Amino acid sequence: MKHLKTWSFAAALAVGVTAVGIAPQPVQAQDSNYVPLLTYRTGPFAGSGIFIANGMNDYLQMLNERDGGIGGVPIEIEECETSYNAQKGVECYESTKGKGALVYNPYSTGITLQLIPKASVDKIPVLSVGYGLSAAAIGNVFPWVFNAPTTYWDGASVVVKYIGEQEGGMENLQGKKIGYIFLDAGFGREPIPLLEQLAETYGFELLQYPVPVAQMQSQSSQWLNVRRDRPDYMVMWGWGAMNPTAIKEAAKIRFPMEKFIGVWWSAGEDDAGAAGQDAAGYKAMNFSGVGTDFPAIQDIKTYLVDTGKTQTDEEMLGTTLYNRGVLNSVIIAEGIRTAQELTGKKVINGEDMRMGLEALNLTEERLAELGLSGFSYPIQITCEDHAGSHPVFIQEWDGERFVKISDWIEPMSDVVRPLLEAAAADYSEKNAPWPERSEACAQ
Amino acid sequence: MFYREAGQFKTSYEKDQALFPIRQDKIGLGVILLIAFVVIPLTANDFFLASIMIPFLVFSLAAIGLNVLTGFCGQLSLGTGAFMGVGAYAAYKLTTIFPDVNVILLVLTSGIFSAIVGAIFGLPSLRIKGLYLAVTTLAAQFFLEWCFIRIGWLYNYNASGAIEIPTREMLGVVISGAEATPLARYFVVLSITVVIAFLISNVLRGRIGRSWMMIRDMDIAAELMGIRPLQTKLMAFAVSSYICGVAGAMMVFFWLNAAEPSSYSITLSFQILFMVILGGLGSVGGAFMGAAFIWILPIVLRAIPSMLGVDIGAETVEHLAFMVIGALIIFFLIVEPHGFARLWQIAKQKLRVWPFPY
Repeated sequence: MKHLKTWSFAAALAVGVTAVGIAPQPVQAQDSNYVPLLTYRTGPFAGSGIFIANGMNDYLQMLNERDGGIGGVPIEIEECETSYNAQKGVECYESTKGKGALVYNPYSTGITLQLIPKASVDKIPVLSVGYGLSAAAIGNVFPWVFNAPTTYWDGASVVVKYIGEQEGGMENLQGKKIGYIFLDAGFGREPIPLLEQLAETYGFELLQYPVPVAQMQSQSSQWLNVRRDRPDYMVMWGWGAMNPTAIKEAAKIRFPMEKFIGVWWSAGEDDAGAAGQDAAGYKAMNFSGVGTDFPAIQDIKTYLVDTGKTQTDEEMLGTTLYNRGVLNSVIIAEGIRTAQELTGKKVINGEDMRMGLEALNLTEERLAELGLSGFSYPIQITCEDHAGSHPVFIQEWDGERFVKISDWIEPMSDVVRPLLEAAAADYSEKNAPWPERSEACAQ
Repeated sequence: MFYREAGQFKTSYEKDQALFPIRQDKIGLGVILLIAFVVIPLTANDFFLASIMIPFLVFSLAAIGLNVLTGFCGQLSLGTGAFMGVGAYAAYKLTTIFPDVNVILLVLTSGIFSAIVGAIFGLPSLRIKGLYLAVTTLAAQFFLEWCFIRIGWLYNYNASGAIEIPTREMLGVVISGAEATPLARYFVVLSITVVIAFLISNVLRGRIGRSWMMIRDMDIAAELMGIRPLQTKLMAFAVSSYICGVAGAMMVFFWLNAAEPSSYSITLSFQILFMVILGGLGSVGGAFMGAAFIWILPIVLRAIPSMLGVDIGAETVEHLAFMVIGALIIFFLIVEPHGFARLWQIAKQKLRVWPFPY
């Protein structure tokens, strides 16, 4: 025991010395475009995070394998594990930004909020695909933040619009009760201001059922309240383990599934699949294609899955969240390509990437060229509008898979846009002195 | 041979009761301070400052705070995360109400709010002890976290529900917000931590600290000797919460820049508690060692595979780090249940007789 103590003391000392000795990271050799991916394959949200991580990784890696990168320059991909934890997210950001990072995809509203003010200082754009701060769609206030293709507020307005259609007209929403069950964090609370305003406009009653993060796997009390309140529709803003739990609970209290609509983050196969046939009829919004019938997805299969160069199983290909990750990487890749065209440089930096993303125009023809025809609604980002697309569709769980059941539904932009502008102004006022936009508009 | 106090004569009571009576200790501390204030700022890169040193110092201060309560006064608390949160939200509210006041002053003031809240939740400690007290502090944790989520006024009704730190300057240097350089933030955090650690070390070896230790060792005996349990325990709660509150405010102002209520969840409370237990209950130096073990070691472990050029997935590295740290915690607690501080003491004893041990 005596020696053990000496030894353990020496070990502790050695660790301390190594800690001090972590050498500064060398700056990356500049013959590739470096894209760090903040992912989470561990922690409470890994169930959703693994799909996204694989999707993002695979598309970029496939471009490397098939085309040798973008514009002849390979993409250097590095994953950093955040566990959906804000502290680790910031650590990942600090450790990768010095290597010439082009863009950050935090996949957590909490980490996004921390990176937003840093983006303009470090000159690295933040791309939050359909999450994060809704107000970031106002490009003139947030030149460095992109939330293409759509915002939570757009999504919330689409849900209300869709419910109105189901009821045979918006005027029929009068007196209806819409329940809103959400993850009680920044993410789930984002759409509340918009929903409240719409409730006032259309005269429906909004019932709120917050689910704390610590209790997301035991929602019986919330659903007991749902059973008591008997809302006509339920809308869910959930993520990770919250989704399957909510769908199972809804099935348990025999809530009519066809009147239960989730956000695009509650649209995973595993979420609905947990309740199997009982969940048939469950609906979710989505903005990225479902299935493997896209040439680009087939390329991922040929170049990566069949050759064993990825962690992705064949069953995972084409699932909702996997394809979401792919769409995220498509936006990154097209942003890089646009930036290369604009600047004439092959190897770009964060500032070029910002210009590239801002000038991004993913038309239907371009999507077809990429082998992703119909995979997403065309996305055109402008200096004013950093969301760029907005429409979403509704998909339905038939007991085995999700099926697209609606066309692309336009959000109520006339309601959403002024609210976004007000929120952006509010943000810049509260975070005064917020830097004025000094970046020239490339269009 | 080198570490021996032979020949160092103390000719007055002040000298005998000094914080560091041995000359070598003073030199050692001087060297550490020199490294912290001069060598690290001159040599370290931004990653080292922003992701290793700043969090390490913030956690060290929080661990000192909890150590006052748990290590010195013997009151087990699981509410540290919430008390840190009170400091953070108080500092945020103060800086939005008084944008022109120096932010360091506000961070130090915010601890007072935390102290008040801590003292209120410390009231049950007069009647209950040990694990039961842990449960009531757990209640504080959940209640305060609920407040951070539910009371919109606390986060100025931001749509995101998070507090976002505005840019603030001191003497023309930006010290908080996104534009602040890691170096500036490091100096602020380092100065506050060093000053509070120095002050509390002095408090701990004086009358107040001794009365806390009496309560810890045997509260009935302490009461018989004239220590008032209520005041003493509440003071421990207040001082501990003050330090934790300042640490919490520093966490969001000088490290994270934005914080959701989940940043101050029960996980943080446990993190700090593990630092205190691993570092050594009842030791200020141990708090630093515990914080280093819990915060810096995982980063070092995660960096090792890429340093060696081994290509393994980010999540595998994460899992490996988890396993190694878990094993090390068990190992260290078996070898020395009293933590790193005790190991350090043993090492010093051995150094005294080196190279001729008897």
